[in-house]
Amino acid sequence: MFDFSLLTNWIHELLSSFMPEWLTVTTECVLIGVVLMLVYALLGLFYIYYERKLCAAFQCRLGPNRVGPFGLLQSFADMFKMLIKELISLNHVDKFLFALAPYLVILASMLAFAVLPWGNGLQVIDFNIGIFFLIAVSSIGVLGILLAGWSSNNKYTLIGALRSGAQMVSYELSVGLSVITMVCFAGTMSVGGIVEQQQDMWFIFKGHIPAIIAFIIYLIAGTAETNRGPFDLPEAESELTAGYHTEYSGIHFGFFYLAEYLNLFIVAGVAALLFFGGWAPLHFPGWDTFNHIMDYIPSVIWFIGKAIALSFIIIWFKWTFPRLRIDQMLALEWKYLLPINLVNLVLMVLIIVYGLHL
Amino acid sequence: MADLQEKISQAFPEATFEQGDILMVNIPDARWHDLAKTLRDDPELHFDFLMTIVGMDWKDSLGCIYYFNSTVHRTHIAVKVTTTDRENPMIHSIADLWNIATIFEREVYDFFGIIFINNPDMRRLFLSIDWKGYPLRKDYDANPDINPVPTENERQSDFTTTYVEGPDGKIEKKEVRVFEEDDFVVNIGPQHPATHGVLRFRTAVDGETIKKIDVYMGYIHRGVEKICEQLTYPQTLHFMDRLDYFSAHPYHHCLCMTYEQALGIEISRRAQVIRVLMDELSRIASHCLFIGTFCMDLGATTMLFYTLRVREQILDIMEKTCGARMTFNYECIGGVMQDLHPDFVKDVHALLDVIPSNVKEYNKVFTGNIIARNRMEHVGYMSREDAISWSVTGPSGRGSGWACDVRKTDPYSIYPELDFEEVVRHEGDSMARFKVRMSEIEQSAKIIAQLIDNIPEGEYCVKVPKVIKIPAGRWFRVVEGCRGTFGIYLESDGSTSPYRLKIVPPCLPAAAAVDHLTRGAKIADLITIGGALDYIVPDIDR
Amino acid sequence: MEVTTKSMPYEAWKDNEYIESLVKELQENGTNVIVGSFDKLINWGRSNSIWPLTFATSCCGIEFVSLGAARFDMARFGWEVARSSPRQADFIMVAGTIVHRMAPVLRRLYDQLAEPKYVIATGACAVSGGPFKKSYHVVMGVDQVIPVDVYLPGCPPRPEAMIYAIMQLSRKMKVERFFGGVNRKEKQEEFLKTHPIEGVKD
Repeated sequence: MFDFSLLTNWIHELLSSFMPEWLTVTTECVLIGVVLMLVYALLGLFYIYYERKLCAAFQCRLGPNRVGPFGLLQSFADMFKMLIKELISLNHVDKFLFALAPYLVILASMLAFAVLPWGNGLQVIDFNIGIFFLIAVSSIGVLGILLAGWSSNNKYTLIGALRSGAQMVSYELSVGLSVITMVCFAGTMSVGGIVEQQQDMWFIFKGHIPAIIAFIIYLIAGTAETNRGPFDLPEAESELTAGYHTEYSGIHFGFFYLAEYLNLFIVAGVAALLFFGGWAPLHFPGWDTFNHIMDYIPSVIWFIGKAIALSFIIIWFKWTFPRLRIDQMLALEWKYLLPINLVNLVLMVLIIVYGLHL
Repeated sequence: MADLQEKISQAFPEATFEQGDILMVNIPDARWHDLAKTLRDDPELHFDFLMTIVGMDWKDSLGCIYYFNSTVHRTHIAVKVTTTDRENPMIHSIADLWNIATIFEREVYDFFGIIFINNPDMRRLFLSIDWKGYPLRKDYDANPDINPVPTENERQSDFTTTYVEGPDGKIEKKEVRVFEEDDFVVNIGPQHPATHGVLRFRTAVDGETIKKIDVYMGYIHRGVEKICEQLTYPQTLHFMDRLDYFSAHPYHHCLCMTYEQALGIEISRRAQVIRVLMDELSRIASHCLFIGTFCMDLGATTMLFYTLRVREQILDIMEKTCGARMTFNYECIGGVMQDLHPDFVKDVHALLDVIPSNVKEYNKVFTGNIIARNRMEHVGYMSREDAISWSVTGPSGRGSGWACDVRKTDPYSIYPELDFEEVVRHEGDSMARFKVRMSEIEQSAKIIAQLIDNIPEGEYCVKVPKVIKIPAGRWFRVVEGCRGTFGIYLESDGSTSPYRLKIVPPCLPAAAAVDHLTRGAKIADLITIGGALDYIVPDIDR
Repeated sequence: MEVTTKSMPYEAWKDNEYIESLVKELQENGTNVIVGSFDKLINWGRSNSIWPLTFATSCCGIEFVSLGAARFDMARFGWEVARSSPRQADFIMVAGTIVHRMAPVLRRLYDQLAEPKYVIATGACAVSGGPFKKSYHVVMGVDQVIPVDVYLPGCPPRPEAMIYAIMQLSRKMKVERFFGGVNRKEKQEEFLKTHPIEGVKD
């Protein structure tokens, strides 16, 4: 399997051969930033197209097919439109916070990109508390949403933001606990370490029952974390027009729109990392030929493919289920998911202690 | 009818009677409230269902005609109360006896300026607070300069007026607050995805819990009743398409039947069968759209696309015969406009083939879903008594255990010969209302299946005079629309256009009951309740 | 310059004179090459991404729902992203009758839309009052309240007609200049001057 660290090391050596160290580091940071932002935008646009096509398929429609081949350029057209739309400035709002909110939301998902394992050796930074960092930064998004709702000075957005706050704070617990379950199993919080451990077999097979339970809970809670149906209460169209971002127009709204899809990717990416081996190919001990064939598929494709396949499930949720009510949603978290999660954690610990995993 | 008359005249010697298709009692205003109480509470009379209040302007006097039904004895009665005071007309309210009377009386006040003593809420219903004049009075000045297109936002008042009669008979005007002073009031509508059109709810909320809803109507009040008074009889027909655009055929059917009854025209059996077929087809289409939009409101958008497939198929059938997708204008006085399209029977058979599998699919995708059940079960409970008192008819009323299907209680056309069941459920919640509609699709399909292979030959439209003049008199007819009991009150003075054409919409009571049903529910429940009541706003506002 | 959309021959349009006069008006002033090509790119984006506001008052609104459904599927053109918040929508499809009580609300909705914004008057009622011409409470055409870009007759118009109307709107967007003077915007401001901001005078 191609190790991307060869490439990155080569770039590093090339740069440091004619630059002082501080300049090298700065240049690399800028390069990484530009590449990340590009990936960010492209992924976002792809996801918008992906969801529109999928939703059309669920609804026996065709979906975008006029702009460019197969409608592939549809989201680019949307982007151009969004960029030139007027940014409405409102009276009676806290202008600074109002403008800050979309950037906070974008920032949260951007930071999470830093620790995702894109491929073999292709990771911005791999430090020993990678997973912890991921959970921490993805929570900044709540702040953005709360600010957006509150600073808009609109009753709909306020209700949307309060709902969002209640929802994200409670589902953070489930996400956290199911992540902890898997961290226990891996024995490390480093993203690289977790992927390394799954080279022979993915955790979802290795950890069998508790891993599967943790995966299901993670998927439910992750859907809630991204504010997507059936948990899209903060922006429930039929109740609150557009929820917390009702008052945003133009590119500010575009940021919320983009961040929603990127969060979807992040949730799916973390699921891929924790349960399906990150960039690690599908391996089973003893199946040597099979493992060898799997190695031919590049690691980047493995990771992005897994993330997209997992987000398919989340999109499927959205276009199938009706929306929950706020009290039912909170009951689901506190009465069902949380206790199951705690029991599952104990089960996982027992399995590790007695070595019952595969 | 004679027994009724005898019984009432014993208790109320001052009452006079007019015979007609429905017995009408004339009663002075002073005794009216007592009579209303007797009508409702006497077990032998038991007129518990207030169908409508028709405001009237007879030029020399103003007044109301109340239409009552007995849900037990299935009898009808009309009561007429008049006042000659045009400047300050007042009639006693019956809002304390029937919940829905509050709204009906507000409507009469809005159109005729009749003040109802003791009604807790005497605001205008459809027109804005600053509207000058009472449009349905015969001396109303329609000059657009008096009421121009508004140039600024509508004036908003947190107060309502009520006229209270003291123990000494003196009438006192009072201002009452609609909401409490520190309520957090959220404005939902008129342009809001959840309101199914342009209805406006001012909602006082406590967190996510609803404390009170104040319903504002009239954002699509088009004044159909007034326009009809200026048109000839055949010209009035097409407005029926544009009230509740899903039950265009039943509404047309009702108005045509009223005119035919007034003119004494007997229509051919072929025309009757065609009319019933169209009624039932549109009922299926309407319920399909209801299921779709309701599920969409609950967040399951995809269902809309599945139900619209069946609706499109029905629209195709209609389009071939009637020539339009939505506003058909198909039934006419004496029958129907054109004969059936040659493909009609074949297309309907194709439709009947797909309906059972589709209903099964809807149930599979949505009804059994645990989230859907949690959202709908025990939400918006309405007891049978409440349903009657609020006059919530149609599938919504039948979901509360009230057998109110006009096709059974008061059969018209060829319905008595047909074999179908009236779907009644007793849970009274939103789920029951949803399931009633689901089952009604099957029942309608059953009716169509009985008729489609035996459409009799004959003329589809009998000869009617070129200029239609209806003799002086009054008629009241009801049919079962897709959303409930739809009625037409017609008063004629013998000319070529109606003297008064009152449309009794089934959706107005449904929208009025929203406040009652949502008390203490969550904001999300408002969507469920409103969706399950399935009101169509142009039908409310007319 | 032939302004058309994908797989629609130029001759199939019914109002080419109007578009041609619009194009002529634009080219009279001439334009900078760089700005011009920027314009082309942006107009390509704008004309292919037309998001409607979910706004419906009566029958026409139901046909608009049908337009989104499987048979007509406006998603093919990228119009299916119906926004409930006016801040995020590109045009209002005034689907249905507008009455006196609704007029200020509609005006406010229009004011809340973010520039560039467009209006399609859908159906006979929105175009002229339609069957309710004799009513005391109906606004005789929404152009008394807000400036209209495309008039779409019919009662209600068929979904195919709606597709045609939005395509016309898309064509109109294509010939507008975004940079260096928006010809539409001037007309709009003129309209708003004669119809003062708090509402309408007839």
